[in-house]
Amino acid sequence: MANLLKEQVIRLYKTLLYLGREYPQGAAYFRGRLKTAFMKNKDEKDPEKIQKLVARGDFVIKELEALYFLRKYRAMKKRYFDPEKKSDT
Amino acid sequence: MSGRVLVGVKRVIDYAVKIRVKPDNSCVVTDGVKHSMNPFCEIAVEEAVKMKEKKLIKEVVVVSCGPQQAMETIRTALAMGADRGIHVEVTGKDYENLGPLQVSKIMAALAKKEDVLFVILGKQAIDDDCNQTGQMTAALLDWPQGTFASELSMEGDKIKVVREIDGGLETVKINTPAVITADLRLNTPRYATLPNIMKAKKKKIANVKPADLGVDITSRLEVLRVDEPPQREAGVKVETVDDLVARLKEAGRI
Repeated sequence: MANLLKEQVIRLYKTLLYLGREYPQGAAYFRGRLKTAFMKNKDEKDPEKIQKLVARGDFVIKELEALYFLRKYRAMKKRYFDPEKKSDT
Repeated sequence: MSGRVLVGVKRVIDYAVKIRVKPDNSCVVTDGVKHSMNPFCEIAVEEAVKMKEKKLIKEVVVVSCGPQQAMETIRTALAMGADRGIHVEVTGKDYENLGPLQVSKIMAALAKKEDVLFVILGKQAIDDDCNQTGQMTAALLDWPQGTFASELSMEGDKIKVVREIDGGLETVKINTPAVITADLRLNTPRYATLPNIMKAKKKKIANVKPADLGVDITSRLEVLRVDEPPQREAGVKVETVDDLVARLKEAGRI
């Protein structure tokens, strides 16, 4: 059980690290914050609490994906769509 | 028809990067600059993958033209759900001169070779803003085109395309095989996460040269000069409305 959890945590860390490469304030900044956040909980032993933390990590992944999408969408919309010409959302 | 869809993707300088022009005004600085898949191409890949997930099509083949680095872009598309890739190898001077005409000749040749149901591309690339490849490909193949698509649906063996045009939205129904170009609001592209990228390493990428497809990629265009846009002048603050009017008259605006 502990091994499975360990795998999950490592996978979460790797996924977040990969996502952090595109972070607007810089990949290095993100990596620093990520490591701090994970190190804060490194002594956690309770499997339920670990699951909750992993779930929070998954939530952060979704937030990051949404952030990246919105940034890109808004940039594209600003560059390619003239607000005078049509009524946009 | 094979139920196969060809998706064209382009590796461009990342949209968030500040572009710099080389001091000799010959081109934009690309060495060491972050590159990624053209945002409109991502939307095209997403649409094809979505249709495969809905079982409307059977196979998604992604193609990109360029040097070795174009493989990264193909791998991203494979990680998003495409089945296999085709890397058309174009390097050096040929790659610098590669434009919509050459790419559309390549796409047309591949579309015929792969016997596709339709070809889908991004509407334009954010580096050259040509907005020509899709249209030229359709013309070379003599296939109908649904450009600036903001909604796609299959109706039997025809495709219904809702197009974003200046006046609003236009709905057209076109026969297959066809060429579609994706606009911003077609869908929300998924992020290629690390586990998917790992899985995509097993998918095949075929390597082809333009000569193998019988395509001549000599360019008929020559870039003479590249300049940065004029710097924005600082704004001027005025104290009163009369002052503003006087300034505007001075500048010849009123």
